[in-house]
Amino acid sequence: MAETHAGPIAVTGNEAVAEAMRQINPDVVCAYPITPQTEVVQLYAQMVADGAVDTEFVTVESEHSAMSAAIGAAAGGARTMTATSSQGFALMWELLYVAASYRLPIVMTTVNRALSGPINIHCDHSDTMGGRDSGWLQIYGENHQQAYDNCLQSVRIAEHMDVRTPVMHMYDGYVISGAIGPLVILQDEKVRDFIGPFKAINPMLDVEHPVTVGPFDGLHGWYFEHKVAQNRAMDRSFKVIQDVADEFAEITGRHYGLLEPYRLDDAEIAIVVIGSTAGTTRMVVDKLRARGVKAGMVRVRVFRPFPHEAYAKALEHVKVVGVMDRADSFGAQGGPLFLEIRAALYDSDPRPQVLPFVYGLGGRDIFPDNIEQAFAVLEETARSGKRATSERRYLNLRKD
Amino acid sequence: MSEVLDIEQFLHTERLPHIWCPGCGNGIVTGAFLRAVLDLGLVREKTVVVGGIGCSSRAVGYIDLGTVHSIHGRALAFATGIKMARPDFTVVVLTGDGDGAAIGGNHFIHACRRNIDITCILFNNQTYGMTGGQVSPTMDPGDRGTTAPYGSIEPSFDLCRLAEAAGASFVARGIAANIRPLERLIKQGIQHKGFSFIEAVVPCPTEYGKRNPPAGVIAMLDDTKARSISVTAAAKMTPDELRDKIVTGILYEDDEAPEFQSAYAAIVERAQAGAAEAPARPKQPAAPRKPRKTAPERPPARNGEAADASGLPLEGGE
Repeated sequence: MAETHAGPIAVTGNEAVAEAMRQINPDVVCAYPITPQTEVVQLYAQMVADGAVDTEFVTVESEHSAMSAAIGAAAGGARTMTATSSQGFALMWELLYVAASYRLPIVMTTVNRALSGPINIHCDHSDTMGGRDSGWLQIYGENHQQAYDNCLQSVRIAEHMDVRTPVMHMYDGYVISGAIGPLVILQDEKVRDFIGPFKAINPMLDVEHPVTVGPFDGLHGWYFEHKVAQNRAMDRSFKVIQDVADEFAEITGRHYGLLEPYRLDDAEIAIVVIGSTAGTTRMVVDKLRARGVKAGMVRVRVFRPFPHEAYAKALEHVKVVGVMDRADSFGAQGGPLFLEIRAALYDSDPRPQVLPFVYGLGGRDIFPDNIEQAFAVLEETARSGKRATSERRYLNLRKD
Repeated sequence: MSEVLDIEQFLHTERLPHIWCPGCGNGIVTGAFLRAVLDLGLVREKTVVVGGIGCSSRAVGYIDLGTVHSIHGRALAFATGIKMARPDFTVVVLTGDGDGAAIGGNHFIHACRRNIDITCILFNNQTYGMTGGQVSPTMDPGDRGTTAPYGSIEPSFDLCRLAEAAGASFVARGIAANIRPLERLIKQGIQHKGFSFIEAVVPCPTEYGKRNPPAGVIAMLDDTKARSISVTAAAKMTPDELRDKIVTGILYEDDEAPEFQSAYAAIVERAQAGAAEAPARPKQPAAPRKPRKTAPERPPARNGEAADASGLPLEGGE
């Protein structure tokens, strides 16, 4: 790929992220192939082999090893990245907690794909939703440009001294990862300036100052306090994420927040959604607006930490909110996003109704019609003024 | 022709055509396995086939026996559970070099060590075909994958030697280019009581072949055929003569090695007879392993001559 482009170029989502990684030029990348992420590290391996980057590229024998190696590299004092999807993400699970608790600023691209079983290779968000309590920051992108932009910003956020916590950024498998879309690429030097040099904290490779990482300090040790410190970093990261986004906007003109409202100011009904489906939802909102329906939308960008106050502020005037989950939390009141939004609005007075929708599991198509059906439920609920049941409503579920 | 029709009873024909690329050897190995099932008179009700993840493991989706499409690397662990629950079942694992030897390598050596009565057929195409040709643990040093565009610098596993060293009591290798012997090995492996490992060398013209000579389906099949040599012939050859050769046949067999499930059943019986009555088992030194049928020296890696001390090919990239 050429280094600079005046206008947008056509790339797959994975190509967009590989290009961002080339510009970041991390010290170490450790990865294992898994659909639909593979292309990211495969392209990156080519860049490493061609000498386009200075990275040590480690081909490991599983994702468990990929995250273990990433932890080792980051603890050693290296700027470290990896990428995965689905089962690979699940196999990393115990290490996700370790990476976060060691406060290692690893950046991971996770291309969202359904979890087994039965085996499924298509998009939903059940993989990263399963890691939402691991202590990583989670940033979801909608399209190719956001995949690239979030990848760059993730490095700054993770390495910020107020955060110093790993960040995963996501985009939808196939819909974004494999499909071709437009991308505006920054000049290499602009990225270099934006990212800045890596600053290692207590690196193990500083042999003059030996450190111990992650030891057991006993029943009466500091584990509890350590966990509280992690959560405080999460609290501080709200501001960091926004500051980094604002700085990014200065060089790109592309603005990002913790969440992304659309036609929400006077909305009576609204949908909250993650990922590529936001594009379809936006189109449906426009269609409904043209008919005079006061419909709006919020696209989720940052899921961890969850900006509950910002959601309460954004949605408190809405009568009925529909939350679209592309993952389920079996046995819970609703999907993970629904639970967050409903909890965020608990203190609002009057309190908007929040209804759970589940869609797109295992890559099931989501059509504009399906989103219109969801809006119709919200509209009917708002008109009736009655409380609707909070049972899950499944979109595009087969009847037979 | 009739044989083809006969094995159809073990296929979900409604799911065909399969997803394997033209020239892939996986269908050949699957066919050989199903003919073994047919010849041995195995019944659907008592035969379980477990796959992991990858091109090889996709076979279980087409096979109409009891099948499990498990997760990456864990087919042997699933199979171990099934065999322990139902020792009367014939349990077969279909796996690949990435699934069985990389992410699932730990389960592989421990299944061998336990010598549990499972037959593991590993489709060795030397790459991760499903995800686009990355370096696997059996890729020859110097050969190219998408994660090693100028050649792999890692030494590769000889999986048969690994299986034998880890404790498998039946170890064999066949090639997709030579179907009948492969079929016989699979049959013998299933009949063998204990852990049977059969490595089936399969061509992957789409992902491996497009980066590594010889290119083309027929050329790849001819190449493996030309390089394959029987274990008895190999025993008479020097390491230099064995360079680049694929040694086929039964490489190791020990019919007396204690099988895990049987040992487990015996200890259950002893415990249920009452601890007081059951004499403690005298500690015995481990029985010496049966010597190899033949002991060919490990042949030097393929492309060994094209690599310098670092393992990197001397010539430039493509």
